[in-house]
Parts: sequence; structure tokens; C-alpha cells
Amino acid sequence: MTSVSASRDPRDRGGPAQPLLSVRDLTRHFVLARGIFGLGRKSGVVRAVDGVSFTVAKGETLGIVGESGCGKSTTARLLMRLIEPDSGEVVFDGETVGSGGMGLREMRRQMQMVFQDSYASLNPRLPIEDSIAFAPIVHGVPKARARAKARELLAAVGLAPDQFAQRYPHQLSGGQRQRVNIARALALEPRLIVLDEPVSALDKSVEAQVLNLLLDLKRDFGLTYLFISHDLNVVQFVSDRVLVMYLGRVVELGPVEAIYRAPRHPYTRALLASRPSMDPHRRMTEPPLTGDPPNPINPPSGCRFRTRCAFAEGVCAEREPALSGSFAGDAHLAACHMMVAGSGHSLAPARA
Amino acid sequence: MTTRVIVSNDTQPERVTTPLAEVRDLTVRFVSREATVHAVNGVSFTLAPGEVLVILGESGCGKSVTLRALMRLLPAKRTVIEGAVRIAGHDVLALSPTALEEFRGSVVSMIFQEPMTALDPVFTIGTQIAETIVRHEGVSRAEADRRALELLELVQIPSARRRLSAYPHELSGGLRQRAMIAIALACRPKLLLADEPTTALDATVQIQILLLLRRLKEELGMGVVFVTHDLGVAGEIADRVAVMYAGRFVEAGEVGEVMKRPLHPYTQGLMGSTVHAGLRGTRLAAIPGAPPDLSRLPPGCAFAPRCAFAEAVCRERLPEEKHLPSRHMARCIRVAA
Repeated sequence: MTSVSASRDPRDRGGPAQPLLSVRDLTRHFVLARGIFGLGRKSGVVRAVDGVSFTVAKGETLGIVGESGCGKSTTARLLMRLIEPDSGEVVFDGETVGSGGMGLREMRRQMQMVFQDSYASLNPRLPIEDSIAFAPIVHGVPKARARAKARELLAAVGLAPDQFAQRYPHQLSGGQRQRVNIARALALEPRLIVLDEPVSALDKSVEAQVLNLLLDLKRDFGLTYLFISHDLNVVQFVSDRVLVMYLGRVVELGPVEAIYRAPRHPYTRALLASRPSMDPHRRMTEPPLTGDPPNPINPPSGCRFRTRCAFAEGVCAEREPALSGSFAGDAHLAACHMMVAGSGHSLAPARA
Repeated sequence: MTTRVIVSNDTQPERVTTPLAEVRDLTVRFVSREATVHAVNGVSFTLAPGEVLVILGESGCGKSVTLRALMRLLPAKRTVIEGAVRIAGHDVLALSPTALEEFRGSVVSMIFQEPMTALDPVFTIGTQIAETIVRHEGVSRAEADRRALELLELVQIPSARRRLSAYPHELSGGLRQRAMIAIALACRPKLLLADEPTTALDATVQIQILLLLRRLKEELGMGVVFVTHDLGVAGEIADRVAVMYAGRFVEAGEVGEVMKRPLHPYTQGLMGSTVHAGLRGTRLAAIPGAPPDLSRLPPGCAFAPRCAFAEAVCRERLPEEKHLPSRHMARCIRVAA
């Protein structure tokens, strides 16, 4: 996408070439207390997010897809520091977030989040105008100005301020509430918005309205999005690049066209093939994958997908494949031994 | 009960199938002191044995209420159900409470969206299946246990014998959904009602459950009424589709026909709003506005306020059903029958 508005932004420090967000080796494990899952069993570790690295360029939309338990929502919460990471580094426009670098307060001015549950994420006792004005007031904006701004934002998300400003969340439909959440996320004029399944709870006709709105706002406010969803069609529609997660790891990352046209990881291929066809004359006869995603407690050794992978060999259990491209400078990366020459997998390309 | 009419006779090419289910002018109202909610407003359809009808619609359109009305799973005190519902020879709306208990499970059974709330958390899967069989068929517990194992194998639960003694929380989402299907099939129902059974599942699991239901339907010859908001799911499983809006079928027909030539502006809008490959870089053709309040339905076409083609007559009178020769129905004045 264009970075015209981003380059005019006085907050832009590194210019368009510097990623707005750069995440390195982000990790969070949750240790389960002994005994919860029955006597005698060893305590487990949920490797929710395990060494996740990616960048988000200024003005682009990075989509994150994966099934439940893959760590996509935990990644979002780690970025916003709603959960503390065990290790890893988050760099926002050149400045490290956290101790010594950008403070959390400043980071949250520039990075905001929209959640899936539009009702749970609004205060039921505040009129929506006050919910939207809340954060700016906390950040020192005079009350009257924050209110005026809230009304402007309501108009921007398609809710007539005179009609809606004084309503409470329960007086709105799901789609309207999600518009309020988007307006609230915009109130601090952030540069990046993390959207965690923002349309998943909405009906199709409303989903389309909100997706159109998100694209309009991105253009009008010069925003950058991190868009998390389990819906492959929605991710394809909004994203410039796509990151596929499986059990806490990145398995594939690349430009949206490349991933959807020629997915490289067997998991991405299966995920894309699992989409219902919409054409009753071309129905699926065999499911692309059997079984459920395994429990993220104590995941399989080596490649975590190997237990469901039709191509798994010995090497897949022994070593974890690294995320790599098929030539130097390749923007399309996958973590699969079949992609790497000399990996020991029988289907790997011959060493050049 | 298990009379089987074999019509595979070469000398008799005309196959006369009596419908498994026949619903005429079904209306469901929820009455409270404050308001009357008109959830279902005159729904009619027939379903042949072995046929899958998908009711497609958005939240609040009355699709789940229609489904529940078919086995009278609605709170009797506050619900007024009118019309006629005949399923496998039973006049459902006239059944006595005892007859209704017998009818549920053995003639019609239902699977739900959230297996964790539909299953009982304090009993094992095996117990819950066996209990159903003992209750309905009066067989011994040992016989019921044997059947429970068969059922888990039928729904392709791996290590079925071990899973019989598993509690619902010990199973993954996909296995729980399979277990619920096993319970629903325990007494060999003729009609299976499915209320968004794959909506809460991951993509790779959803398609497995859809294929399982399709295979079970073939093997057991059940009729299925399947409720969903997802066009893709309908495309994978439906023989016929009925599109529901504000408590009415606004369009119905064979799935291929409806998907290829949607007639009603609402169906067209629903398809335009559904994100699919090839739409990148375009604006989605979203339907403006929101569905009507079911306690204050407009007199005419309920979709008219959101419809780009609405005329004065649409707001005054309910459009009649127009039937095309291709067994395709739509309730819209713009359709020429």
C-alpha cells in the first residue's frame, strides 16, 4: 500500500524503509500447576508463542492466520503488553519497547487494539461517547476536546453522533458495537492497530460493512494493521502479507498472492484446501487433514506439524525446521524440511 | 416403525416418495407482557428421506427457532406455535408430552453448535450414549454399551473403546462434536436436525465433520435439516437451500441453482457480502442497514427497507411466492414466474 500519509507523519522517524513494527523471537510459555490435569501426571508447559519473529512495514496490513491454540491472539496480547513476554524484543519504528526504550504508555498511544468480543470490551456503564473519550482524557486531553473528538470519530465509523453518542453498549447491535470499538482504538491517533478477529462474531452482511470501513479508515488515517483471523478468505481480502501460525510457531510468511497461489508449507496447503468450495458441483470428498490441532501442552518434538503431516519423515521428529526462503532475499518463507536442500528429507531439493 | 418400502423395481420406474417431513405455514411467536416477537412467520417446506435442506440466514432470522419448533424444543408457556408439522407420520404439534418424549431421539434428534454445553460434563461419553439407548429401546446396559462403542466407531472417533470412558472436557472440540453426533444417532432417527454444528470448529476440523455428516446421511438414509449462516457450508452439504429473512423463506431451491442464480435481492446481497478469493482490492457489496425488529415487523416485504430495488408496493404488501420451473422459489415482485 502507499506510505504517503505515513511519510507526512511527524512521528515517523526511520522513514518508509524502516519497519513500523519489528518483532524478534517473541516467546511466552504458560506453566501449568501440577495436579490440574489429574494426579500423577507431570506439570505441563503451554508453549503458546515460541520464538515468533516478523516485521510490519509502514502502511501495510499483515494478516496472521491459524487455528485455535496456535498462539495468534497471545501474540497480539504480547505486543500490547497485556501479557508479559518471557523473552523477545519488540521494536516500534526503531525504538525498543520496554525498559530503557519506549515506555508502555507511549507505545499504547501509537498502537491500539480491537478485540473480537465487542460487548465484553466496552464498559457497560459508560455511554459510548465516554468510552471513546476515556483514553484521550487519561492521556491529558481536556474533557471537552476529547468529547468533541469522540463525536467526530463516531461519524467517521458511520454512527451518527446525535443519535448514538449517549447510547450504552447494550443498546447497540454487534456491528455497531464493533464500530464503537474501532472508533475507540482510533481516539489516540495510533499508527498501528492490532485487530484480533474483529469481524468473526458478526453476520456476513455486517462483516462486509465493517471490512469496508476498516479499509476506508486505513486509507484516510494512514494506518498500519496487524489483522488476526481464523478466516482465510477475510485474511486474503485485507492483507498485503500473511503469517501462518501453528502451535506457537510461524510456519509460513510471505506476500498474500504467493501464499494463496503457491503455499509451501503442508499445513498452509491443508488449511487453504479445507475452505468449503461454494460450488456444490465440486465438493470435497476427502478431508485435507485428519484430527484436531494437537494440544499446545508439550507439543511434538521437531516440526510441530509432523503428527498431522502426510510427508513426515524421521528428520521431522529430530530437528525443528527453520523459517527460510528458497533463494537469497526470498520474501516468501516457510519452515519445512522439504524446502531446504540437504535437510535430510527425501523430498527436499538437491543441493545446489 | 421400520417399514421399508423397496421401490427399486425395474417394472416400476415411477418412484413415489412420501415426504419424511412436511411443514405447512409454521408460525412461532414468543409472547411476553412487553412484546410479541414474531420469530417465524409462515414457513412451509417438505423434505424427502435422505435429503439435506440447509436453512441459510443471519442471526435472529428465525432459523434456529424453526428447527427447534420441529421437535417442540421451545418453552411451552411463552411460545405460540401454529401451522402443521408432520414428521414420519407424526403430527408433531398435537403430540402429548409422553408421546413427545418418545418422538424425540427416536424419530428426530438434534445436534448443536456448542457440544460442551450440550453434553453433560459429569458423565462419560459412553454413559451418555448408553443412557439414551436404554431409555428409548429398553435394552440391557451391556447391549447399550456395545451399541455405544459401535456408534463411536461409526462417527470415526479414534481409539473408540478408550474414549467411551472419557468425560467431555477430556476431548478436543472435533471429538466432542463427533460424540454429540453419536448420541444423536443412538436411536436411529429418521430426521437429524443440525443447528450450526460446525460453526465453532476450526477450518480443518469443520470440513471433516461436514464430510462425516454427508457420509452418515448416505449410509443411514436420514433426512437432514441443517441451519447455518455460512454459504460455503451450504455449498458442501445441501441438496436444497432455503434462505431465511425475518422469519420467512425468501428464496428456496436446489443448492446449485440458488448459488448460481440467486433471485432475491437479500440472497444476492448475502453473496456479495461473502468474502472470497478474487475480491481483493474491491469494495465488498455490503447490504446497508440491519435486519428488522421481529416485534415490530413491517407489513410488506421485511427486506424492503434495506433493498436497493424496493418500490412502494413492496412496503405495503407481502410479496407472494414466485415459482420458477427449475423448482426455484423467491418472494420478490421482481421475479417473473
